[in-house]
Amino acid sequence: MEHTIEMLNITKEFPGIKANDNINLRVRKGEIHALLGENGAGKTTLMSVLFGLYQADEGEIRVWGDKADIRNPNDANDLGIGMVHQHFKLVNRFTVAENIVLGAEDTHRGFLTYDKAVERIKSLSRQYNLNVDPHAMVSDISVGHQQRVEILKMLYRDAEILILDEPTASLTPQEIDELMQILKRLASEGKSIVFITHKLEEIRRIADRVTILRDGKQIDTVEVKNTTNKNLAEMMVGREVVFRVEKAPARIEEPVFAADSISVYSPTVRKDVVKNTSFDVKSGEILVVAGIEGNGQSELVYGITGLNPLSGGRLYLNQKDITGYDIRERSLAGISHIPEDRQRHGLVLDFSLEYNMILQNYFQTPFQSRGFLQFDVIREHAERLIDNFDVRTSIGAPTLARSMSGGNQQKAILAREIDRGNDLLIAVQPTRGLDVGAIESIHKQIIAQRDAGKAVLIISYDLNEVFTLADRILVMYEGENVGEFDPAETSESELGLYMSGSKRRETS
Amino acid sequence: MKRILKVIGRFFLRLQQKLSETAFGRAVGKVWDRITKWMAARPNSVSVSSSFIAVIAGLLFGFIVMLIVDPSNALSGFFTILLGPFQQGLRSVGDTIFYAVPIILTGLSVAFAFRTGLFNIGASGQLYIGAFIAVYIGVQWDFLGPLHWIVAMLGGIFGGALWGSIPGLLKAFRNVHEVVASIMLNYMAIYLVNGLVRLFIFNPTLNRAQGPEDSSHIPQLFLGELFPRSSINIGIFITIVVIILIHIVLNKTTFGYELKSVGFSPDAARYAGMKEKRNVALSFIIAGGLSGLAGAMMFLVPGTYIRIVDVPLEEGFTGIAIALLGLSSPIGVLIAGLFYGGINRGGYFAQSLYREEIVDVIIAVIIYFSALSLFTQKMIAKYLSRRAKRDVQVQSKGDVR
Ligand SMILES: Nc1ncnc2c1ncn2[C@@H]1O[C@H](COP(=O)(O)OP(=O)(O)OP(=O)(O)O)[C@@H](O)[C@H]1O
Ligand SMILES: [Mg+2]
Repeated sequence: MEHTIEMLNITKEFPGIKANDNINLRVRKGEIHALLGENGAGKTTLMSVLFGLYQADEGEIRVWGDKADIRNPNDANDLGIGMVHQHFKLVNRFTVAENIVLGAEDTHRGFLTYDKAVERIKSLSRQYNLNVDPHAMVSDISVGHQQRVEILKMLYRDAEILILDEPTASLTPQEIDELMQILKRLASEGKSIVFITHKLEEIRRIADRVTILRDGKQIDTVEVKNTTNKNLAEMMVGREVVFRVEKAPARIEEPVFAADSISVYSPTVRKDVVKNTSFDVKSGEILVVAGIEGNGQSELVYGITGLNPLSGGRLYLNQKDITGYDIRERSLAGISHIPEDRQRHGLVLDFSLEYNMILQNYFQTPFQSRGFLQFDVIREHAERLIDNFDVRTSIGAPTLARSMSGGNQQKAILAREIDRGNDLLIAVQPTRGLDVGAIESIHKQIIAQRDAGKAVLIISYDLNEVFTLADRILVMYEGENVGEFDPAETSESELGLYMSGSKRRETS
Repeated sequence: MKRILKVIGRFFLRLQQKLSETAFGRAVGKVWDRITKWMAARPNSVSVSSSFIAVIAGLLFGFIVMLIVDPSNALSGFFTILLGPFQQGLRSVGDTIFYAVPIILTGLSVAFAFRTGLFNIGASGQLYIGAFIAVYIGVQWDFLGPLHWIVAMLGGIFGGALWGSIPGLLKAFRNVHEVVASIMLNYMAIYLVNGLVRLFIFNPTLNRAQGPEDSSHIPQLFLGELFPRSSINIGIFITIVVIILIHIVLNKTTFGYELKSVGFSPDAARYAGMKEKRNVALSFIIAGGLSGLAGAMMFLVPGTYIRIVDVPLEEGFTGIAIALLGLSSPIGVLIAGLFYGGINRGGYFAQSLYREEIVDVIIAVIIYFSALSLFTQKMIAKYLSRRAKRDVQVQSKGDVR
């Protein structure tokens, strides 16, 4: 069997942690090879070594059988290795074509020759059914579209070995289906694909083999068809995993939060994307807003938290009208917010973890005294959250947020927002990018919040999560509340009809 | 006030639009954004050692220029520049410090803005407005007695802050890029000052501003005896106090926490409920005040006069290089500024070997090339690591993005 990539005895250490410990990864030509492991297991690190972002401390890499010295991404490109990062690296203010060409520009007398590039992009897009518009601005296109742009970018550079780091984490089910088709097609043409995901279903659908990492060590590499999901999960976590979290019946009390016919204007599409929507969330209840991504859910949350102004309607928290409050006033009045985009909103990536843990409270005692930050208190606070929420870092509280694994960044935000103990907890895609073990524990935490009498509002695009968490489901379609459901009395297929807009019902 | 802001804002926005329509303007804009982002993330991307390497590279480059211009004098000229601060013993040490002070302050101004995600290319204009107000008070308000120099100096700070507030407010509330506004304001400042000098404190025979009264000169105190015949004054102490203050504000206070959050990630700062607009404006006002103080330090001394000029003062731009070299940390700026003062003194003595203009070029080459080479270091490091033995692992931190 011909191997395109061989990573042999790879070890990579960061201060305080062995991120990869003697890993052997061999990828065959035309193979889709999945990488599975908990948050912080070392998947991204391993792929970064392959892509030349990091240098391994020990071990060697062979490409097409020859020893390769990959010192930076350019070397990797030259060897035909391409990578789509966990958090996309497209430049928002450039067009799709500019982004694709960036770093591989053809020039003619010092001027960029875009026409040829655009032609090439169009033909690649056609060839692989990628449906990419070269002239669109990156800031205007959906996440799924951005994903395809990233793939095209690799193909444009003639990559034969494609690395995708959690490509499906922020896609809708439809987009995931499309991506799977594209990947299968690429593999059948002889490209090798390394695919990182936390979703066992996806591995089952397209991967040929899977390598499991745990705590930087390689547990095994197995043929997907010779194994079960349960097996995989156990290898990954090192213990048995319950896929369904137990949940006591809700003890719902009075409303904590109410939205009264609110509308939210989106400056990007220049119209109201939340239209005249009303609902409430009661204490001791988890309300899940289900729907297909892009139906106004993001803006709904922006409107409630104050990141976008309302263009109509009123908001009430604990019977108080908070419509006129700004972001900070709402946060202090009792709203916690786990944002959709953890790297853009949720964290200051160049701050340490401990600084990030006081992002909304730095001006309050005991974190400050007479305008001076209290470093000891800040440190203890961070350490407590790290312990309670199992946030894994290399050197604890002073760890730079940017250097943490994606899933642990998410856990850190969750920890901060839950710990603030607010009456209303809003979470958008709370378990995006988390491993099954972490999902289980986060779901437990959210349910514990509900049981402690908080009102919880979840936005989720994942029907599994919707049914796991919801005490009540609200379906949003084109910015409107098209129906509320009791999870015990509805089904995925019924919700599907409402989510796609084929059915709607008047709500009380 | 709001109306005025609106009108000026519209003007600048129009200008900005026109600029951004040209390919050149766009390219420049991108580079500026890059630099600002890079400087804001400074503590994580470059180390102190790279700053030293940069200085050495700058010196080497300056030496090469000297070799090209006049090889026979190059070696002695080079050491004259390098040993500038010690050519005349304590006197030149004192003068080094004296010439370093305004540069340290403009460097601090630029560095402070960098840390909050802003590019203050307008230090020159802020300095000049500050200088005018300081000198105006110095000339006219001699009734103040012993407080005279203090009030004049505070006037300088006020003038700089005022001028800095314009790009700050425009950026915060009308979304005008600070670089566009600042560059324009640099020119407006010199024409405004030219006019105001003519109106209020003109010395027509010498075609320059009158000199400030002795009582408004920054005092020398004991430094005059410590460094005989040097121009040094207590400006250096004031500067050190200011540096410590800025250091504390940035690193120990909630205000600094907020400013840095906005600098690193405006979106996350907004999410956290910080008033990013207010912070942008405030940060520019503080940066302007620092440049204004530099103006006071430059002109509240004997023998230096505001002249009728038509190009912005270079001190403001040198500040950018100093901020880069000092890795936009207050302490780093102090060191880089003293280095500049030394080179500058050396240049003065090197004028016996090279023409004055050539010396100016050499000094500029050293400073700007040092700053520039900070950017190219990653490339240099890469080049070196390729040549180095395989088992030597070079970990470039900057790549983790
Ligand atoms: N640049 C870095 N500096 C220090 N530590 C790092 C750095 N990058 C990663 N780490 C640490 O190495 C470990 C592995 O991280 P990695 O990003 O590879 O995890 P991962 O398997 O991709 O996790 P996730 O599923 O959460 O994305 C983590 O503990 C992380 O904190
Ligand atoms: Mg990862």
